[in-house]
Amino acid sequence: MDYQLNHLKELESESIFILREVAAQFENPVLMFSGGKDSILMVHLAQKAFYPARIPFPLLHVDTGHNFPETIAYRDSLVERLGARLIVASVQEQIDKGLVKEEKGVNASRNGLQTSALLEALEEGKYDAALGGARRDEEKARAKERFFSHRDEFGQWDPKNQRPELWNLFNSKKQYGEHFRIFPISNWTELDVWQYLAMEKVELPSLYYAHKRKVFEREGTLLADCEYIEKRPTEVVKELMVRCRTIGDMTCTGVWMSNAQTTDDIIEEVATTRMTERGGRTDDKRSETAMEDRKKKGYF
Amino acid sequence: MDYQSSELLRFTTAGSVDDGKSTLIGRMLYDSKSIFQDQMEAIEATSLRRGESEVNLALLTDGLKSEREQGITIDVAYRYFATPKRKFIIADTPGHIQYTRNMVTGASTANVALVLIDARNGVVEQTRRHAIIASLLQIPHLVVCINKMDLVAYSEEVYENIKEDFEKFAAKLDVKDVHFIPISALNGDNVVNRSEEMDWFGGTTLMYYLENVHIASDHNFIDARFPVQYVIRPYQEEFHDYRGYAGRIAGGIFKKGDKVTVLPSGFTSTIEKIDTIEGELQEAFPPQSVTILLKDDIDISRGDMIVRENNQPRVEQDIEVMMCWFNEKSLQPNGKYSIIHTTQEARCVIKDVRYRLDINTLHRDLEDKEIKMNDIARVVIRTTKPLFIDAYRKNRITGSVIFVDEGTNETVGAGMII
Repeated sequence: MDYQLNHLKELESESIFILREVAAQFENPVLMFSGGKDSILMVHLAQKAFYPARIPFPLLHVDTGHNFPETIAYRDSLVERLGARLIVASVQEQIDKGLVKEEKGVNASRNGLQTSALLEALEEGKYDAALGGARRDEEKARAKERFFSHRDEFGQWDPKNQRPELWNLFNSKKQYGEHFRIFPISNWTELDVWQYLAMEKVELPSLYYAHKRKVFEREGTLLADCEYIEKRPTEVVKELMVRCRTIGDMTCTGVWMSNAQTTDDIIEEVATTRMTERGGRTDDKRSETAMEDRKKKGYF
Repeated sequence: MDYQSSELLRFTTAGSVDDGKSTLIGRMLYDSKSIFQDQMEAIEATSLRRGESEVNLALLTDGLKSEREQGITIDVAYRYFATPKRKFIIADTPGHIQYTRNMVTGASTANVALVLIDARNGVVEQTRRHAIIASLLQIPHLVVCINKMDLVAYSEEVYENIKEDFEKFAAKLDVKDVHFIPISALNGDNVVNRSEEMDWFGGTTLMYYLENVHIASDHNFIDARFPVQYVIRPYQEEFHDYRGYAGRIAGGIFKKGDKVTVLPSGFTSTIEKIDTIEGELQEAFPPQSVTILLKDDIDISRGDMIVRENNQPRVEQDIEVMMCWFNEKSLQPNGKYSIIHTTQEARCVIKDVRYRLDINTLHRDLEDKEIKMNDIARVVIRTTKPLFIDAYRKNRITGSVIFVDEGTNETVGAGMII
């Protein structure tokens, strides 16, 4: 026998190790679930980590109210299959209560409003660890993240003062009221995720595969035509074959022209593409350090 | 599909901008098509706005606002690229600020250390520092790239002299496998493609080396060690009596039917099953994450270690380590710290500082034993309970510890058990 794991199995083993550390080291963890492929991967890995027991933490969905309907359908069927507990942190509720103010204008998005809903849900549930599917290859500020990322009592991230992480020893010590964000798939790239999901034959929301959709173009990005986005008079809606590379709020998730029908088609496409997956995310384009600025305040 | 046979290799680079480190990483990412068009456009726009004449590839790795403002790398940055043969994780560590802390962090999980030497300057203080850390952290393979060969007319003599200098110095170190490659990161000589200017060089290119260096035996496959991470008890009808010990194999090979001993209790049992969601395994090896079930019902919890009856780790409370100190507050003689080792946690007291190691000369300082940030020292500790340890040289997982300040909760130091 050859005692060597392939890179996907090694990444899998690392992520399972971290998920188990979280279950062992924290009292009340929660898994942030967006319905995107990375959080689907997280759930898949968590099932493996604790088999045959159920995943020992609930799922938390920060719901902007501006979802693709396919995302919600997928989420609900997954939760039922797992027998998991789902917590929904609603941005709409926060707006109704007057806790946050909705942006106005054509580029209005609820993306930034998610932070407040998330922090409130974490506080309310007294969660001491929030597991997220962020990856270091996604974005330059995320490249500096730790696996165990410490947050102060305001949920803030201090990137210049992070704890060093060595070997596979993770320091989860904190003061009362502070929490951790945990990123078990930090070392995966977009391509790794797709290769692994193909290898494991994981079912995904239909949005990731090419489908016909009414879209319009804004600043080089294709956006889905929907009631949540105010269009400029010059913006023309047309029907194209597209797919999502990331799934977020409809107002900031760009779609891509694609004919990829299967996971293998997607792998082929990802392996040859010249654009990063977040290249279609208008939330990152607001400024050079948009992600870092949001993360410091407590964004995922 | 070929990606199913591709391996993962982690390597660390260290150095300052002047070594051409960013250029080299940029070159490897670029040549393996891992820099995307929108990333390239974004850094082009930033470079232009800042009035730089060329595209600054360091902007790819310097992700934080303050790093970009100051033009320095503060923290370890992780970069990823893949070729059809392997997937690579680069831990790119800055050469100046917090250098020991960052280099040690990057080195702790690396298979290969990439040391860059400017051909015009030869072996300098920083080169020695990198090599010493690679040796202390027991990185299995060291590759020394003598860069900027284009600026010394691709001279074989320059290369040979530097190689000889380095070898003389490395003889004092504990490094097993050293390779030398003359390169020009700027022009791409011997990085991905063989250099036409250096036909005198009989070795391989850097990329060929990284794709082919033998890493399968970097793990310890002899001394079986399984630190218990978590106990799986499903409390479901169909798995009524299921009691699985979840963990990651830290060393050796565990087989179904093996006689094992559990530490600290000393009870013995037999492996009944090695479980995963895909089904039972006949054997498990590092770094697999598995669940082990034993024939006998014995009390086992997180922090315990399953080992072979006839091959056990040391069980000790008085432990000597080589320690790297990370905190602005100096190491307190007789101070108490929390200590984390495998899945165990204990407290410890600093009993003695044997010496402080000069990281540039390897000189052992027996007089000035104040251990400040970025210092490395040999230290004796006593722990509140016995730890199940191996020498770091034998096993990087069971041989490593971190120290945590009990007041601030910061990770203040790392130790390699002697």
